[in-house]
Amino acid sequence: MNPSATTDLAVTMSVNGRPVTRVAGGHMTLLRWLRDEAGVLDPKYGCGEGVCGACTVLVDGEPASACIVLAAQCEGTEITTAAGLTGPAGELNPLQEAFHRRHGAQCGFCTPGMLMCATAMLADGRERTRDEIREELHGNLCRCTGYQPIVDAIEDAQGAAR
Amino acid sequence: MNSEIRGSKVDELRIVGKPLARHDAAEKIAGSTRYAGDLAYEGMLHARLVRAQVPSARITRRDTVAARALPGVIAVLLGEDVPNNEISVDVPGQTIAVGALKARMQILATERIRFHGEPIALVIAEHEDALAAACEAVEVEYEDLPVIADPDTALADGACAVHESGNLLAEWDIDRGDVDGAFAQADVIIEGEYRTQFVDHAYLEPEAGVSWLDDDGVLNLRVATQVVEHYRDIAKILGVPDSKVRVIAPYVGGGFGGKEDMTVEPYLALATTHTRRPVRMQWTRNESLLARAKRHRNTMRYRTAAASDGTILAQDIEIISDAGAYAYLSALVLLYSSVHACGPYRTPSARIRAKTAYTNNPPTSAFRGFGGMQVVLGYESQMDELAKRLNLDPGEIRKKNALQRGDRLPVGQEIITEVQLAQTIDAVRERAGDKPAPRRPRTAVGRAIASNIQSYGRLVWLNDSAAAWIGFQMDGSLTVRCGVPDIGGGQASSLAQISSEVLGVDMDRIAVHFGDSALNPLAGTTTATRQLLMSGNATYEAAVLLRDQILAAVATETGQPVEALSLTPDGVKGPDQTTPVPAALQICRRRNVPVEALGTFFGPKGKEVTRELDGERLFPDFTFGTHLADVEVDLDTGELKVLRYIASHDVGRAINPLSVEGQIAGAAVQGLGQALLEEIVVQDGVNLTGGFFQYLIPTAMDVPDIETIVLESGEGLGPFGARGIGEPPIGPPLAVISSAIADAVGARPTTLPITPERVLECVRRGAGGGPT
Repeated sequence: MNPSATTDLAVTMSVNGRPVTRVAGGHMTLLRWLRDEAGVLDPKYGCGEGVCGACTVLVDGEPASACIVLAAQCEGTEITTAAGLTGPAGELNPLQEAFHRRHGAQCGFCTPGMLMCATAMLADGRERTRDEIREELHGNLCRCTGYQPIVDAIEDAQGAAR
Repeated sequence: MNSEIRGSKVDELRIVGKPLARHDAAEKIAGSTRYAGDLAYEGMLHARLVRAQVPSARITRRDTVAARALPGVIAVLLGEDVPNNEISVDVPGQTIAVGALKARMQILATERIRFHGEPIALVIAEHEDALAAACEAVEVEYEDLPVIADPDTALADGACAVHESGNLLAEWDIDRGDVDGAFAQADVIIEGEYRTQFVDHAYLEPEAGVSWLDDDGVLNLRVATQVVEHYRDIAKILGVPDSKVRVIAPYVGGGFGGKEDMTVEPYLALATTHTRRPVRMQWTRNESLLARAKRHRNTMRYRTAAASDGTILAQDIEIISDAGAYAYLSALVLLYSSVHACGPYRTPSARIRAKTAYTNNPPTSAFRGFGGMQVVLGYESQMDELAKRLNLDPGEIRKKNALQRGDRLPVGQEIITEVQLAQTIDAVRERAGDKPAPRRPRTAVGRAIASNIQSYGRLVWLNDSAAAWIGFQMDGSLTVRCGVPDIGGGQASSLAQISSEVLGVDMDRIAVHFGDSALNPLAGTTTATRQLLMSGNATYEAAVLLRDQILAAVATETGQPVEALSLTPDGVKGPDQTTPVPAALQICRRRNVPVEALGTFFGPKGKEVTRELDGERLFPDFTFGTHLADVEVDLDTGELKVLRYIASHDVGRAINPLSVEGQIAGAAVQGLGQALLEEIVVQDGVNLTGGFFQYLIPTAMDVPDIETIVLESGEGLGPFGARGIGEPPIGPPLAVISSAIADAVGARPTTLPITPERVLECVRRGAGGGPT
């Protein structure tokens, strides 16, 4: 698809398992489309230039910074956000449980993005060392925790998944 | 084991002291917490500021015609549209010829631009997409004025005045003992000059909020803020009664002092008042980095006189800070620098001269550590150099000079609680064991410790107070209402924990309503490491009042002695019977006993400061701690790796150990960012740091695990003997890294951030055997 700067076009994605069709201007980012059009508010605006990771979502299973991806490029994709990790009654999944137990969220603003980065990390089933976890988290900034509880949580979750 | 609590036994605490997940954690992790920028209203408008593109100028023309004609643009407001465009703040202890010094600030600049990014016009539009073009279309022309780029230039004779009152914003003097005499008799004198940089808070949530008018005409703002009491400032700007403005603070995505001053508030208020419609404003990261107040850049010149056994005799200290273009809290930040300047050590004689000057740089104001943290680089570098010069152990020399209960700071304030500084020094060193050997050729490993002192609670002459209300529901669950903003440190959750402890209600049956200036009792600012002390004590007081009135009612009803009754999760327990809580509440109703209580806590009091600080209690109390770091330096590239980091503080009592460890680890990493990576680069007043590509905060890769050792002396002034811990751990990283490099390569970096280039310079100086 070749989005034009001037045309508004309807884009359809599956967002956390729910089909959503909304208009997306040619320059509309996936982040704005999710937040302002689809009403999915857990991906956050932190920097707008793909550095901080607060807007990390999975696009067809691959982590992406939604603030630097155009919505129109995501036609027909499956989008997963942190809110999509919870069960139907709001139950936390094992990764989220580990974040909860390990005090992985303080202000919580980076948390949805952290969770999606970690989800992508855990998907291949490979067990990582703490240093490897830290390396793969480098695109997700946190200013509150000092990262350690987040690394702890991911380490816990990969152990539980084994 | 990475974290450890060494507590004195508290008799049978049930909830306090337990490492509980916070009551707000599950929602944050489920992604369902709604932050300030997440709220949307039907028919909501959007607003953005037109900001100055030059640092110092006279405005010669502003034209909004073209912008207002653009589709979707509702209004463009200028300073003339603001009812009270200038607000002024008292600068404490500072006078000019005609009386107390008042520092002026403007909401929208009309005539004079004083910093790059200063707001000039407010654009309001139907859609966010219309904002960029509309801002672009506002025409502003300038006549450039000289740029005051640093305090030295600002204070030079004949310098162009940034403000009419002159460029010297504030100065503080502390004089104690016979400084010159002590230097004349000293066995050893250490000297050094240390420089810190402009630093940004870089919380992940940029400034944001939504405003609307209620059905009864009250202006509501739901904003990311540390201070709901700004409703009064907003009312002043609008010229309306205080009662007509309400500020709601939802969970905040990080504060660190950057959301202590107003950010989006005046503009949201103006936009909704003007349009009568809901408005949202969200600053971009670029705006946040460009124009929101930074940490002060300090130059600190230290001279220390000591005896040959390492006893400190005197210090002579000069501090110059860059106040930027507007006053904000610069005078108070400098006061903190002055009072903390000699560190956690007995300093019998001291001369401290501190000045802060206006420049055309970004404004500077509150930031975690609030002036008390930059000076750690000064006093701990001096202490380390002194130990080296005298060939004394760095831990022993600190213990020898450590403040103890009954000692006085140079400002005259007596230390009234037990100081466990020596225990923190021993704790980190015992944990660390032997210094590791270099792992690779052409690397060097260094180890250092750094200790600090940092106040908690506001300056006593500000007459601080906080209130909290607790009410039982008739089913025995509990509602806590307290105005405290929760900025991510667990401020609200700890109130639930304190209430649970006293009233015997399980945490999951407690709801905390916080951060609302109209509907909750006001608890003051979430700043100055004061909320556990203030709202914590207020909540404790409310809980005790409520408990005691319920126990008294049940005692009368059941004929049991009141002193034999206790409130437990099972109900009111007595020698004869246990009355379930709902039944006890029914007894209260029958007997006209309230099932709610308001607690108000008043902080310690003191006299207002004068410019010559002398003999007064300025702060409620202080928190002490010590950090240890092992660093590895690449001798060829200057690259530095922090191999190990251990932090120990006496927190008095850890209400929630997980929150305490989180504060220590988070502050240590934020401090490491300032030590090694971060700088807002300003060149001739032009802020060159426009995004997170330029402003590098630590990533998970850049820092090691932070090992914490939490000491519990039970000596703090907060509930259950707690001290504040939000700010104290951010200071030591600056010095511990600098000293560890000096240990590794033989020369000390004295300017932050310590980039690889600066490390290499130390490698060269160290190898040359030059001055360290």
